[in-house]
Amino acid sequence: MSAVEESPAQPAMRTSHLIVHFVDSIQEVLRTMTGMSVEIGPPTLKKNPTPSYDVSGIIGLSGEFVGSMVLSFQQSTAQAIVNAFAGMAIAPDSADFPDAVGELANMIAGSAKTRFGGGTFISVPSIILGSGHTVARLNGVPCIVIPCHIAAGDFAVEVNIKPQFAAPLAPGAK
Amino acid sequence: MKILMVDDSRTMRNIQKNVLKILGDPIYTEAGDGVEALTCVASHPDGFDLLLVDWNMPNMDGLTFVKRLREKDKTTPIIMVTTEAEKARIIEAIKAGVNNYVIKPFTPDSLLERVKQTMAKCQPVPA
Repeated sequence: MSAVEESPAQPAMRTSHLIVHFVDSIQEVLRTMTGMSVEIGPPTLKKNPTPSYDVSGIIGLSGEFVGSMVLSFQQSTAQAIVNAFAGMAIAPDSADFPDAVGELANMIAGSAKTRFGGGTFISVPSIILGSGHTVARLNGVPCIVIPCHIAAGDFAVEVNIKPQFAAPLAPGAK
Repeated sequence: MKILMVDDSRTMRNIQKNVLKILGDPIYTEAGDGVEALTCVASHPDGFDLLLVDWNMPNMDGLTFVKRLREKDKTTPIIMVTTEAEKARIIEAIKAGVNNYVIKPFTPDSLLERVKQTMAKCQPVPA
């Protein structure tokens, strides 16, 4: 094995410690911008590329860490959070609905990457509405799902990231 | 009071407008990116009293917009309202000419406080 090759388990080990930053960001953004408290379930490894729910806000990461974060809502949960965020009822077919989902995703990803300690950049959000869509993920990099619950229903944050440049392993390391 | 809001999220611009209602009845002009914001500035020769500018936007980001604006306008108060919270980014923004900084997510009170603070600091000196 060369100095920079790594086993499939290593990318997860290199990024799993960052999940706590996403958890903190989810709670901070929802509390500050909607007044809602979020129950966080145990993070799990995701096997398939279909986002957990029907409404997804996607943010790309580049720089020190690369990959994506997907904020995925049940429709009813998205509706409750968007209304609370905007301070008014937003119709699900209004252009403001995906806009609000995107801004929430932007805030969660932005707040999390700040907690990484710098050197990571986020893209502007992309939004997908409708069940059954898939999101292309980094090959060989685990996707970690953070299950979230509010009174109105469930949502999840899916994190699929890795360091841009893996540090070379020490000579002789296994 | 004339305020130019530059943010690619209309929802975010509306949230900021709701917070700033308390300042009276500001006249808002809105732009969804830096390119639109430069057009708004060019089409308002009397200028604005305050600019609220996001960082991450399509077409032209907020930092580039601020640098371009400051080539011609050194004085209009600018508050950057963004998720970019690393110290290095804040310093970069201040060097580019930003007067104050609000990190998303923000509470209504924190945004209002920064706006008041900025307007007080940037009051023109009486002749």
